[in-house]
Amino acid sequence: MLRLIKIEFQKLWLNKVSVVLIFISFILPFTVLILSSIKINFFGFFTLELGELGIFNFPIIWHITTFFASYFKFFFAIVVVSMIGNEYSNKTLKQNLIDGLSKKEFVLSKFYTIVFFSLCATLLIGIATFVIGMYYSSYTEATIIFREVEFLLAYFVKLVGFFSLCLFFGMLVKRSAFALAFLVVLYILEWIIFWAAIYISGTVEMAFKVKGFLPLESMYNLINQPIQRIVMTKFPEKTDIIYDYAVHWYEIAIVLGWTALFVFLSYQLLKKRDL
Amino acid sequence: MEPILTINNLTKKFGYLTAVKDLSFTINKGNVYGILGPNGSGKSTTLGIVLNVVNKTQGDFHWFDGNTSTHDALKQVGAIIERPNFYPYMTAEQNLKLVCRIKGVDQSKIDEKLAVVGLLDRKDHKFRTFSLGMKQRLAIASALLNDPEILILDEPTNGLDPQGIHQIRQIIKDIAANGTTILLASHLLDEVEKVCSHVVVLRKGEKLYAGRVDEMISSHGFFELKAEKHDELIGLLELHSNIGKVKVEGELITAFLNEPMSASEFNKLMFDKGILLSHLVKRKESLEEQFLQLTDNQ
Repeated sequence: MLRLIKIEFQKLWLNKVSVVLIFISFILPFTVLILSSIKINFFGFFTLELGELGIFNFPIIWHITTFFASYFKFFFAIVVVSMIGNEYSNKTLKQNLIDGLSKKEFVLSKFYTIVFFSLCATLLIGIATFVIGMYYSSYTEATIIFREVEFLLAYFVKLVGFFSLCLFFGMLVKRSAFALAFLVVLYILEWIIFWAAIYISGTVEMAFKVKGFLPLESMYNLINQPIQRIVMTKFPEKTDIIYDYAVHWYEIAIVLGWTALFVFLSYQLLKKRDL
Repeated sequence: MEPILTINNLTKKFGYLTAVKDLSFTINKGNVYGILGPNGSGKSTTLGIVLNVVNKTQGDFHWFDGNTSTHDALKQVGAIIERPNFYPYMTAEQNLKLVCRIKGVDQSKIDEKLAVVGLLDRKDHKFRTFSLGMKQRLAIASALLNDPEILILDEPTNGLDPQGIHQIRQIIKDIAANGTTILLASHLLDEVEKVCSHVVVLRKGEKLYAGRVDEMISSHGFFELKAEKHDELIGLLELHSNIGKVKVEGELITAFLNEPMSASEFNKLMFDKGILLSHLVKRKESLEEQFLQLTDNQ
């Protein structure tokens, strides 16, 4: 396993473009997080301090940061599809196999790297959130701090799931740009299935349940509706609108199921292919 | 003899096209093998199958004694397929380090192997700055990193200039001289003739011949003759029982032998008959002539 990660790391670290993208995907959410946490003075007219909105309070801060940080996953998604696309266009995949890497090891080396980066991203966001939370939060009792720490797990699962999807698309179309385009196609396809489900079942509720099983939606569902939650904290009396924002075990199970399927299909694709 | 690669009834179909048809042969340790065949005869496909990059349709193959999995066996094999494939953004040394990691061998041999192919002074240059000849030499260095049991080369001199071709051939000869088994696929016959002791001849995916180069066709060779008494000589040759076909091209007469006969024996015979030869050469068919004869016959 260590050997496979080392192989993949050498391929990534020596490639300038992927290094830049990896740094962006780590540094950018950090910067945004830190910038949003400081008090910004708009030329003396008014001061903007997001901390005062209560979004940096424990435990809601876990929800907010993981939700917004997950948008920066697209940078690393580019790295994932290009690390497959480049292997095909340089024909180094063929050379790797000839040199004695098995097809299984090839897919695993990519997957381990995905898991490793997701883990790093989760740890960084976890630490940053904890520090900012300790600084701003009104509540600092341990039970409250760690109450919704499961959002970190959801964040990790979400990243692994999304990058595995990218891995599969990269394997499928062999070219980075097309693989990214496939993500958009999948997004549209999920909405089409959603509308079809409304048409068939007749209720929006049922249609959302169907959509919840599709890859992109199931990943979104892991960490969802933080805005509604902030609004709700401001109007606690409006309890008639119930939003389900929690991380459920079945949401994690669905995404893990997709992850396993994508990795398995990537391997099957490679196995069947003549290079 | 210790087998290195055994292929049994291997078949590969691409849709309706059969690229390799029921192919069987064995590669033994210590010999230099050539796979011969015109373009599209299934050479590269066969090598692709045994190197784990092309899936077989039928049949089987195994490396060494058959107890190692293909990808583990490939760690003891050095192979270059058509074009050298490396990461363009890495230097020569970094590329070789990656190969060491994949093969699971120590990185201490990188400098030594770069020296073998004459690229030591370019080791810190990026792969994309290399010329085709240098890329091909780097590929050979990479294939040698693990001191392989067998070196597989697929068209190693394709697209190179005469100097590049000469360099690559010299490297191959040096490696062969060290006792490494070599499998060389090529359609350039003089290339194979210069280095190989055994050949496998393919045409349209079928094996026409496998064995020693000098036993490829059952032939006793031929005489190339010139004499003052031109017509008399032709008359004698046509009557002689040892001589089969006689071919005349201007002054030069080519007489093919049915039975073995030495040049001095023949010379004496002609002298006794009163014919003085001004030119007498006994030759065997070149690999090219043998190959064309073999591929035309069937």
